[in-house]
Amino acid sequence: MTASDDYDGPILEIEDLSISFFTRLREIPAVMDFSCKVMPGEAMGLVGESGCGKSTVALGVMQDLGVNGRVVGGTIKFKGRDLGKMSMEELRDLRGSEIAMIYQEPMASLNPAMKIGKQLMEVPMIHQGASKEEAYARALEVVTDVKLPDPKRMLNSFPHQLSGGQQQRIVIAMALMSKPSLLILDEPTTALDVTVEAAVVDLVKELGEKYGTSMLFISHNLGLVLETCDRLCVMYSGEAVETGSIEDVFDQMQHPYTQALFRSIPLPGADKNSRPLVAIPGNFPLPHERPPGCNFGPRCDYFEEGRCNAQNIPMTSVKGFDRHRSRCLRFEEIDWDAPLAAVVTNAKSEPGEVILKMDNLKKYYEVSANALFGGSKKVVKANETLSFEAREGETLAIVGESGCGKSTFAKVLMGLETATDGGITLDGASIGDVPIEARGTDLVRSVQMVFQNPFDTLNPSMTVGNQIIRALEIFKIGKTEGERRSRMLELLDLVKLPREFAGRMPRQLSGGQKQRVGIARAFAGGARIVVADEPVSALDVSVQAAVTDLLMEIQREEKTTLLFISHDLSIVRYLSDRVMVMYLGHVVEMGDTDQVFSPPYHPYTEALLSAVPIADTSIEKEHIVLEGDIPSAMNPPSGCPFQTRCRWKDQVPGGLCDKEVPPMRRLAEGHEVKCHLSDEILARMTPVIKIAAE
Amino acid sequence: MAFFLLRRLGVMLITAICLTFIVFFMTNLHPNLEKLAKTQGNFRMTDEAVNSFLERNGYTQPLAVKYGEWIGVLPSHRDTDDEGKVTGRCIQPGMDAEEAPEYCGILQGNWGYSTVFKEPVEDIIGKRLALTGKLMFWVMMLMVPGALILGVLAGMREGSRTDRSLSTLSISMTATPEYVSGVLFIAIFSSSAVGLKWFKGTATSAMEDANLENFLLPVVTIALYGMGYIARMTRASMAEVMTSQYIRTARLKGVSFPNIVMKHALRNALIAPFTVIMLQFPWLLNGVVIVETIFNYKGFGWTLVQAAGNNDIELLMAVSVVSVIVVLVTQLISDIGYVYLNPRIRLS
Repeated sequence: MTASDDYDGPILEIEDLSISFFTRLREIPAVMDFSCKVMPGEAMGLVGESGCGKSTVALGVMQDLGVNGRVVGGTIKFKGRDLGKMSMEELRDLRGSEIAMIYQEPMASLNPAMKIGKQLMEVPMIHQGASKEEAYARALEVVTDVKLPDPKRMLNSFPHQLSGGQQQRIVIAMALMSKPSLLILDEPTTALDVTVEAAVVDLVKELGEKYGTSMLFISHNLGLVLETCDRLCVMYSGEAVETGSIEDVFDQMQHPYTQALFRSIPLPGADKNSRPLVAIPGNFPLPHERPPGCNFGPRCDYFEEGRCNAQNIPMTSVKGFDRHRSRCLRFEEIDWDAPLAAVVTNAKSEPGEVILKMDNLKKYYEVSANALFGGSKKVVKANETLSFEAREGETLAIVGESGCGKSTFAKVLMGLETATDGGITLDGASIGDVPIEARGTDLVRSVQMVFQNPFDTLNPSMTVGNQIIRALEIFKIGKTEGERRSRMLELLDLVKLPREFAGRMPRQLSGGQKQRVGIARAFAGGARIVVADEPVSALDVSVQAAVTDLLMEIQREEKTTLLFISHDLSIVRYLSDRVMVMYLGHVVEMGDTDQVFSPPYHPYTEALLSAVPIADTSIEKEHIVLEGDIPSAMNPPSGCPFQTRCRWKDQVPGGLCDKEVPPMRRLAEGHEVKCHLSDEILARMTPVIKIAAE
Repeated sequence: MAFFLLRRLGVMLITAICLTFIVFFMTNLHPNLEKLAKTQGNFRMTDEAVNSFLERNGYTQPLAVKYGEWIGVLPSHRDTDDEGKVTGRCIQPGMDAEEAPEYCGILQGNWGYSTVFKEPVEDIIGKRLALTGKLMFWVMMLMVPGALILGVLAGMREGSRTDRSLSTLSISMTATPEYVSGVLFIAIFSSSAVGLKWFKGTATSAMEDANLENFLLPVVTIALYGMGYIARMTRASMAEVMTSQYIRTARLKGVSFPNIVMKHALRNALIAPFTVIMLQFPWLLNGVVIVETIFNYKGFGWTLVQAAGNNDIELLMAVSVVSVIVVLVTQLISDIGYVYLNPRIRLS
């Protein structure tokens, strides 16, 4: 096509890039002194916590920084041409044809009022001047490439008619329409479920190889980067702190931040009692409050006064490695293999009496098929025959993807909804059909909840202290204002927030701090049962560990039963005593953590385990990719809920899976599975996750 | 869909009944009836004469009975005067009392007889509504495209100089009520005060033969007021759409700016203002009252003023029924159009 096809140097070459945003008050540097090189066919990972500037780099490459953003130093070269010196027309020619981008939220990045076909066809029509027929043929081809069923119907649909996973495939298809040389993926799977994420990641890798595309993969998930990339660059607070090949950085890291990051994520082998996570102390610095010298200094274990904070620290090459660089003055002095400083280990707490019992709980919703114009009523079976017991002081994890009914169950337990059938017994009293309005103070304060999104669950116009005091008032704790006030301060101590936070507004707090306030509120009345609905999934990796540990610690002291709802199996494995796996309203497997995480598995558990990316190069995973999406709860498959995606289905004779919902079978003491597979087949299952021999 | 339409019709019916009953109640308050009697007879009538007039014409019956008669579910009132001549609302002039039907409300298609215009109400409404329809049509032709262009131009680059100047323009347009702009326009363009005698200050001749000279001023007066409002809505909606992620997607796909605005942003940006535009219809009825009076254009609004001024019960009732229908039909169109513009709430 063009001369640039013969180019064989680096596809993308960023040198000393600095990007700032300008507000009325000040200049806020978002990216400083950032360099990286992406070779043809190479996949480069950009890892960091939110606010570290990784998305800004991507938009910088696209030269789309908005009105306030500006490149203040350095160059971005694409195939040897400086992007900063190009005119708008030249840039427009590159965008979409040579450099394409895949975004975080597929729903928001597709035009809701335009048919998918038209959105796809636009790309070749703009860039190659293709006719409508050619463009349609190409769109059809790409949609087939991204493995979407029924491509013709897809092209004729509107984005809202597709599921999240399908939408993301469309976005990928759109990016591949004109065979770009560079693909920028900005957290492409964050909004998706794990099994869908695994399939999308697989697809991206496969298509990358097929088209020979270079990739810039932005993610906060180290495991995902391990699976997709050849090289990676770790960013912290606007700077690249370490860059190198995946193996070098994962196994022989040369920067304290990278090390701290790895220690704070739950890898297999971590355990809440014997090998707890190590949280990174302190908070991420705000862009205009960065410390002098090393940005990571105040949080670093190896910090040296007068040296680390005295000068700007450049990137230096690590001797003996290929293109491995670190931004640390002391990396050569640090003993990277030193074992973790003695960490406090805790005795495993023994679960006590059964305090919560669910017996064949069912929750059905009636919805009308069409919201605006009425129509026939449909029944959504959000929870089907849920039975389990929870003991005092135990952590029961409830795992499943979106739509599996785990939040509905929480709502019923909290009394926000009442059960359709079956019962919930708390300390021997039935509470299943008592709505929250009818619950007594005692009951309300003994069943509490920690919510997923700390940003929305605090009243933005009330101080933190008053919000906790308000909870105490509702729980009827403390007789006078003074008593409640002192109890509130104790609670702040309990969640390890400084006492002066009582007078702060929620907007002055970081995400982790807000979640601590949420935890304080939940535990304010001495809760017996706390439902934690994805309490850390909205938080950054380094904060997750701290908040998780806090939850565990309070639980240990208060002997609270914790129902931990999550889709993240790594964290579940780390902290739970027992695990319950849900799929489409059914409990498909339940047992001790060890039982659930080792064979025999329920086929769905197996797939879930395989889908979770693990940031450890020594782990070998069996590769299981689930086809398709989770069926709609409005129209569940006949027989076994999982039969549409199960890879073991043909092992069951007589098409039993299509006809009957399997019964709950007991495999071992406390280990139950809802599956038709025979005992021999279950016994033949091999572990999904293996730690390679060292 | 049929169910939806049916439900809408039901709502329309109930609203019409409620509203007309309120209007009926107000117009049948005694002071209003007294006024009616005096305008019909003479202004120096004695209280006794007023009472006998009211009694003779059935105005002294209980409110519910009178309302029932108007609807046509009760036999209408008749009165035999001293000479044995029978009169009543069912008996048209020149008709024999024997032949006249017993019921004659709106159910029988009889909207009554205007006491001001001395004509059957349905004739008046038909004629005046057609005149106002003509006015409204031109107002819409000017206002809607004008407002959309203003709004889109302002909203596509939020905060730019174009945006700020167009926004100022539309705010000042909305901030100027019709009775101010109407009077100003007449003063500037058709009086000798300024001397630009480009247009006519009255639109009476436009009733038969509308042309630029006699019709532009009333049209512009109404259009400008509504235009500012719609333009503001469009701007806000456009500005929001332009910051959305799918516009970024389009931009990073290499779509040129005019195409982003025309192909990607416009349809999404029109969803919100569309409802507002449809809301303008009933609301224009309002503005029409003022403008028709200022420019002496004898349309629906002018009729409303005449009817209200003389407590012409039957005409006022018909006017309120028409208003209810206009309001609810435009809402229906707005809902259906909204479904068309926004594929997310397509009928499944």
